Amino acid sequence: MRSAVLPGIFQAVSGNALRDNPGRLVLALLGIALGVALGLAMHLVNTSALNEFNLAVRSLSGEADLVIRGPRGGFDETVYPRIARLPQVRAASPAIEIEAQLAGRKDALTITGIDPLRAAQVQPELLAGPENRITDLFDPDVLFLSHTAAAWLGLKVGDKLRVNVGTSSVELKIAGLLSPGAYRQRLAVMDIASAQWRLQQLGRINRIDVRLRPGSDAQAVQRELAQWLPAGVHATTPDAESGRSTGMSRAYRLNLDMLALVALFTGAFLVFSTQVLATLRRRTHFAMLRAIGLTRPALTCLLLGEGALIGALGSTLGVALGYALAGVVLEKFGTDLGAGYFRALAPVLHADARTLAAFWLLGIAFAIAGTAIPAVEAGRRAPALALKAGDEEQGLKNWRTAWPGMVMVSGGLVLTQAPAVSGLPLFGYAAVALILLGAVLLMPWLAAAVLRRLPALRYPPAMLAIAQLQATPRQAAICIAAVVTSFSLTVAMLIMVGSFRQSLDAWLTTMLPADLYLRAARAGETGFLTPEQQARIASAPGIGHAEFLRSRNLLLDPVRPPVTLLARPIDAASARSILPLLGPELAPHADEPPAAWISEVAGELFGFKPGDRISLPLDGQQHVFTVAGIWRDYARQNGAIVIDRALYMRITGDGLANDAALRLAEGATPDRVAQALLARLGSPDGIEIATTGKIRDASLSTFDRTFAVTYALEIIAVLIGLFGVSASFGAQALARRREFGMLRHIGITRFEIGIMLGCEGMLVSSLGIACGLAIGWLVSLVLIHVINRQSFHWSMNMDVPWLPLVALAVLLITAASATAVWSGRRAMSGDVVGAVREDW
Amino acid sequence: MLTIRNLNKSYAGTRGGGVLRDVNLELARGEYVAIMGESGVGKSTLLNMIAGLDLPDSGGITLDDTAITTLDDTARTLLRRDRMGFVFQAFHLLPHLTVAQNVALPLALIGAAPALRAKRAGEILEAVGIAALARSYPRELSGGEMQLAAIARALVHRPQLLLADEPTGNLDAVSARHVLDLLRDQVKHNASAGILVTHSAAAAATADRVCVLTAGGLRALPQS
Repeated sequence: MRSAVLPGIFQAVSGNALRDNPGRLVLALLGIALGVALGLAMHLVNTSALNEFNLAVRSLSGEADLVIRGPRGGFDETVYPRIARLPQVRAASPAIEIEAQLAGRKDALTITGIDPLRAAQVQPELLAGPENRITDLFDPDVLFLSHTAAAWLGLKVGDKLRVNVGTSSVELKIAGLLSPGAYRQRLAVMDIASAQWRLQQLGRINRIDVRLRPGSDAQAVQRELAQWLPAGVHATTPDAESGRSTGMSRAYRLNLDMLALVALFTGAFLVFSTQVLATLRRRTHFAMLRAIGLTRPALTCLLLGEGALIGALGSTLGVALGYALAGVVLEKFGTDLGAGYFRALAPVLHADARTLAAFWLLGIAFAIAGTAIPAVEAGRRAPALALKAGDEEQGLKNWRTAWPGMVMVSGGLVLTQAPAVSGLPLFGYAAVALILLGAVLLMPWLAAAVLRRLPALRYPPAMLAIAQLQATPRQAAICIAAVVTSFSLTVAMLIMVGSFRQSLDAWLTTMLPADLYLRAARAGETGFLTPEQQARIASAPGIGHAEFLRSRNLLLDPVRPPVTLLARPIDAASARSILPLLGPELAPHADEPPAAWISEVAGELFGFKPGDRISLPLDGQQHVFTVAGIWRDYARQNGAIVIDRALYMRITGDGLANDAALRLAEGATPDRVAQALLARLGSPDGIEIATTGKIRDASLSTFDRTFAVTYALEIIAVLIGLFGVSASFGAQALARRREFGMLRHIGITRFEIGIMLGCEGMLVSSLGIACGLAIGWLVSLVLIHVINRQSFHWSMNMDVPWLPLVALAVLLITAASATAVWSGRRAMSGDVVGAVREDW
Repeated sequence: MLTIRNLNKSYAGTRGGGVLRDVNLELARGEYVAIMGESGVGKSTLLNMIAGLDLPDSGGITLDDTAITTLDDTARTLLRRDRMGFVFQAFHLLPHLTVAQNVALPLALIGAAPALRAKRAGEILEAVGIAALARSYPRELSGGEMQLAAIARALVHRPQLLLADEPTGNLDAVSARHVLDLLRDQVKHNASAGILVTHSAAAAATADRVCVLTAGGLRALPQS
């Protein structure tokens, strides 16, 4: 076959077929377009966030070669002159970074206190605004805002900004705006001395940016500094700093990427099912072409070209949709879809041509992959056989898929036992992919085995439906597999999210035993309660018992995000009633180091287990503790460590507190006690008092917002599944027009044909949904115990949300049955009676 | 038994619009009539109207005392189910049912018990000479065998009226002769009535009388 002839044949065969079946074309296009759109949108949102985040980290580090980083609470500023005097150091710029709670708002703003003269040597961009003078910053009550922060707050130069410190507020004047090109994040800059004074951080800094002399070895300086820097203070490079910060969200971003990839896979499966059915429907046309001289490879190429065309059109649509979707997501939900990793960023959507081309090609590749099997099979089928009626099922019999399916599912189960790769659950995702693919491949065998056992019914439409399915299990399997693919993913996500929500609810019950909770600040790090305020709270009327909690950040490892230290009244005897402990607990002997209870996230990240001795940097010194137990914590993603507050105060002398858990005296009501407390504390701005119920509701509402994207993806997966059912039944109904015509001739009413198709739809979707439930449950186990565990390091209890699952199953079966009936009505809408005169 | 009075119908044909004008026909029990005519003249349209698959613009069709043209679609379908049998040029056996199951389908539709279905299907397959193929699937049969199975399906419920649309169009001469003889014998044996639509003069010659459908209507050919 000369290659020049192929385009003509392609136009005649594929072009006309696609034009004559716009529904098939639209479904396949939508499958690919949705997959590409979701994949591209997730990728663009993620890369925009990372670009912006890295830019933010780089812009703050400026030209620094090293960053000395300590706990958020800071370290002694006397470290700075020692650094500055090192012979390898050309310039050093001390800083204090504080998340300050904005008065009258629920948000915090990052305020960085710098020494303007030193910063000019290390971060020259920082004060490069044309209208800014360094000396402006020396005024104690002024700050410079980034343009993004100014726009976010609705403030301009000369306006006042109030932030809460402790339980009172401080008013600061906006003296200038930072260079818009260099600082796109929400940020304020103050003089370091003013910041220490006004934000009550006297004598503390938490960061020093260091520029080394030419020829100095940064690693050697790092090693030297490690010898004498205070405990919990580390020297690192700006790149590592950036990597540490972005690493926090890496697993979350990968999860989103994987969800998008699953959507693309589902789209490819839709192309596969529509192409298989379209190929089956046209088998006699292909046989005729083969009979008149079209070669086997040419026919295969023809069909692959058809897939490529669908892929190109779908990808083009998908790339446009994905770009638009990314813009909407960034604007409405931010870079992390509400998960809170990149709160202060104001990213700009940026897509380079290479990325867009890569996703466009990926869509085409998936579409070609979806077409490959039917294309090869169509080429292989002997023309003489393909010309016979009933050959569709015979052609599909050649696909031996049961064993590969079993091998894949087994391989997937084996992979669930593999550990994370660089902190990412790559084998877990591979396991899910293998289980899903294996399940799809098992469907023809399973469909044949189950359908064979269906009883023969007397009612003719039901009898015909069962006979049709029993005779064509492989064709039914294509439809079943579409339902399984989409429904199992939905089931898995529903079980995972439901289990997480249930576990979160149970966790909140344990963690919130008091009647009322008081927080010194809604956000940020500048709110606290003084000892005197604590005493006033404890002795307030209506308060039966008050417990205070101090939280600080500890930098245990420079390459990992800081963990949260929680100091609260606790001992070995009371630990289980205070914390949701998992596994065994220990009570250290008097001669052993005191107890610390480790969250399971911290336990997994740092490899701590009960009985271990761990060293915590408190107040510049290392202090050894005994791990007395592991507890579940969903609030702090980077890990948390609980120690007794009395011990903490003895070590650090820090008597401040951030939160109070209040049990009410008998007869007291939460509202009246809250009002009394606010009055007693002088109605301070920033203090938040909430009942347990309110906190629980707010927490669950935040959870639901965070997982809103998964619900959207579940709906898309279900819709794609229904598209698959519709495509499958549509193609089969069109192929069976002559059968319907004959049935009408021998006295079957339209209604009875509708019932027959409804029965087929119900049986096929019921089988698909039963398999989808089983596979979804299996995948949910992998999600909960492997992917979630390796991504976020916290566990959850399995909780199957039966009611939503049953409701969804019933809805899907009904929708699939209705889709089947609708497809049949469409097929019968024309001259179905005349179809008996069409050629077989 | 079958009466067609002043039937008129305009329809979309394969080569533009066509029209059936003032068609009249009387068919008695046990009578077997062939209808001939050029392609596109409306033979199949006439057959569809007799079967209640299509409605005329005017005129009436009565089967015994039932005025088919006054019935709604469901009633016409049930009438067809109970009292008519169809044979097509392209056989139209359901590929996923065995020959016996295909043949028994009309009995299932009228609610016959499984035992009765099996018995009657066996009898009719015996009568048309393919009892040995009862458990075969259509793809395993030759064209002639498939048409015999289709005839068995059309006769199994003992219809009053047998309608055959080019039943020998896809068959070789020997098979065609066998099928035509069988159709005639069964009509006579069951004391039903039959209409055979065909292009073939040889096929038409097996009928009791032959009518030719033209643009001017249906006219009987003189019996030779």
